[in-house]
Amino acid sequence: MQFVKPDVNINFIGKRKIAYLASAVMMIISIGSLILHGGPRLGIDFQGGTLIQVKFLTPVQIDAIKTGLQDIDLATSSVQEFGDLESNEYLIRTDSSVMTSEGFTSDVQKALAFSTGGEVEIRRVEMVGPQVGQDLREKALSAMFYALLFITIYISGRFEFKWMISGIMAAALGGAVYVLDQLNVSIPWLIVGALVVTLILFWFLELKYAMGAIVALVHDVTITVGIFSIFDKEFTLAIIAALLTIIGYSLNDTIIVFDRIRENLRKYHKNPLEIILNRSVNETLSRTLLTSLTTLFVVVTLFVLGGGIIHDFAFALIIGVVIGTYSSVFVASPILLAWQGRQRKK
Amino acid sequence: MKNFSWKLVLVFVVILAAIIYILPSLKPALWPHKQINLGLDLQGGMHLVLEVDTEKALESTVERISQEIREQLKKERIRNVAIDRVEGIKISARVKKEGSIEKFRALLDDEFRDLRELSDSKVDGVQTIVMDIPDSDRDQIEKLAVDQALETIRNRIDQFGVSEPDIRRQGENRILIQLPGIKNTQRAKDLIGKTALLEFKLVDDTQSLDSALKGNLPPGREILYQIDEDPQTQRTSKTPFLLKKRTLLTGAYLTDARVQIDSQFNEPYVSINFDKKGARIFERITADNVQKRLAIVLDNSVYSAPVIQEKIAGGQARITGRFTTEEARDLAIVLRAGALPAPVNILEERTVGPSLGADSIRKGLLSMCIGGLLVIIFMVIYYRTAGLIADVALLLNILLIGAGLAAFQATLTLPGIAGIILTIGMAVDANVIIFERIREEMALGRTPRAAIDAGYDRATLTILDANVTTLIAALVLFQFGTGPVKGFAVTLSLGVIASLFTALVMSRMIFNYILMNRKVKTLSI
Repeated sequence: MQFVKPDVNINFIGKRKIAYLASAVMMIISIGSLILHGGPRLGIDFQGGTLIQVKFLTPVQIDAIKTGLQDIDLATSSVQEFGDLESNEYLIRTDSSVMTSEGFTSDVQKALAFSTGGEVEIRRVEMVGPQVGQDLREKALSAMFYALLFITIYISGRFEFKWMISGIMAAALGGAVYVLDQLNVSIPWLIVGALVVTLILFWFLELKYAMGAIVALVHDVTITVGIFSIFDKEFTLAIIAALLTIIGYSLNDTIIVFDRIRENLRKYHKNPLEIILNRSVNETLSRTLLTSLTTLFVVVTLFVLGGGIIHDFAFALIIGVVIGTYSSVFVASPILLAWQGRQRKK
Repeated sequence: MKNFSWKLVLVFVVILAAIIYILPSLKPALWPHKQINLGLDLQGGMHLVLEVDTEKALESTVERISQEIREQLKKERIRNVAIDRVEGIKISARVKKEGSIEKFRALLDDEFRDLRELSDSKVDGVQTIVMDIPDSDRDQIEKLAVDQALETIRNRIDQFGVSEPDIRRQGENRILIQLPGIKNTQRAKDLIGKTALLEFKLVDDTQSLDSALKGNLPPGREILYQIDEDPQTQRTSKTPFLLKKRTLLTGAYLTDARVQIDSQFNEPYVSINFDKKGARIFERITADNVQKRLAIVLDNSVYSAPVIQEKIAGGQARITGRFTTEEARDLAIVLRAGALPAPVNILEERTVGPSLGADSIRKGLLSMCIGGLLVIIFMVIYYRTAGLIADVALLLNILLIGAGLAAFQATLTLPGIAGIILTIGMAVDANVIIFERIREEMALGRTPRAAIDAGYDRATLTILDANVTTLIAALVLFQFGTGPVKGFAVTLSLGVIASLFTALVMSRMIFNYILMNRKVKTLSI
């Protein structure tokens, strides 16, 4: 059985302008949504607060829950449905880290049982104090930063076989980060700064493959974060894990295509770049689609069957896999074409 | 032949080792070795992060030193020196008479050499010397406080009876506690967080309680309250007591604390035993203060203040109050385990009920089975026999990940299960790359044998490359992640390594075996 015939020849590169447009639109929507919502919606992991997952044995009204919470001074909490519809589970979220006082959980249980007239089970409670929230924020951002750093070093070395240059790059990046750190820049801007420095370095050192990979990566992460923002989903530690996985996965795809491009450049070096790029993408199309398909099989299963806790995580992965596949085909390779223009000017 | 026989041995050894490692988790009775650890989100339990208030530890140390200085001054009969604790951790000594300065300084040099002098000023004939504890000593005290707190909490939890608790230090002054399977989380929290400082102080009945309440607190005295909760109305009432500040005896001298039932009132009380030194002190206190009231103070609340009827020798005493048996038992536990050197604050708490844990396992395993099944069926449909080989590799992957978790005693969490599921989807990738290559080579006209070799050779480097990036992401996550996320990083890393092994070594071996002695013209791929 074959989905993709061996002699397939879709003109991906030719359609790149449309792809650029689509990508630009998605990026703008993503960034727009982020700005509109004032940044990503942080879960209690990063913001501090208390989270209570409650299960009722019979269906109840959210208003009844809110009344119950008001009685114990938790009026400012948000109440959301959680998990499967038949499970009657709700998630109560409040910004203050209150729960350490004596008998908090039993108070909540009594109040809710009283206001809804049904049996309540407290399935899970999570409280994160502001100090720990800040620690986790820093850890998450450090994780993203270091992942970026190591991957940058790896792909500049691996793609260009210019390990010396990648070493220099790492040093330059480290230096830039140090300077930014001294200026007491917060970590998100540190990451942006590092990215900008990386891209500039790539441009000047002519590390075209690395640049294509990083651009595709940034594209994927931005759109995933944006879609999360549009659907107003929370960022927890698990979502950061999903983002890092998407980074790894997207790079996988991109590396496969680039390897093929290099192989074909050697074989058909007389042909124009556009033809070679197209051919490479088409040759790897089968593999790209198949891997996305199998990964989607499992991730969609997780999304549907995995339960409320893993739900958002699976959602992030689904977006990441789809966008990652799209970017490997339509974004990473055309960027190499932009280099050709530059080299002609020489 | 020779070439792949050592690979064969390797593969069999790995498979055997994997089965041995995973067996305990499936049938615990068969092999009493390490099982797979389940995270709290899968087995239910409580995760607590406490912060030891080292500042307060310093304060109480400084307070103690101030008291010692006062006692020494009395002993040496140096008068007109006022010792106070200021700014939390500094000691100010105000010497009002010229003559005393010399003797005071001599005393400081003799007995309190470790104190650091911050300032020395003379205003209106009063010399004020401000001292504090030097930095290195301060660090020492803080570290000791955290160590002691850790030890004390461990003792308390031991007595509470939780199976496999995990208590460890986190950073400079934090303590991480994981109590799997715990049901009564409120009681556990109270037990852990209680400072439990037991002090015996004399009640001052000679001075007016009312005037003290209005603000005229005489020197060396303090007001502490007894808090009573009426079991019927659930209302609390606070009764003030005027006490002499000086602590005569603390819980440090206790050797034992037990719950007994008072036969007269059928109420539980805690009977405590002092050690020899404590017993002597107690005897002296009771002998010197007959007919006065001795307040038993726990965490700055008066528990009770009975009248001393006579000298009590033998070092036994009772703590009564309106306890339930459970409260009495918990009080006995904290008294036995000792007081925390400083208060602890709860910084983070995550509790998962057991029903949720079981649900999560069920859902995770269901997703794994169905997702896995989809992939397996698809692979067979798309790649036929080769797909079957890939499926065998897949199942082996899962076995290896499980064995790896057991061998390294890593913790399986819900995101960890998601990681295994993700590996199923991504591990197939390695096989897909190889099979697509083989198909290409066959389309170019090569024999099956040559196609397979070419396919594997060409694809190996690409596969290694691609998986390295996922591995980098997983390792970074492992380094910076906490709890459940760390579990994800572990299974993802194990999965990547396992899939490299199964795809490059194992499935190739199977192909070789199939083609070994036959002349195959077509390949089922």
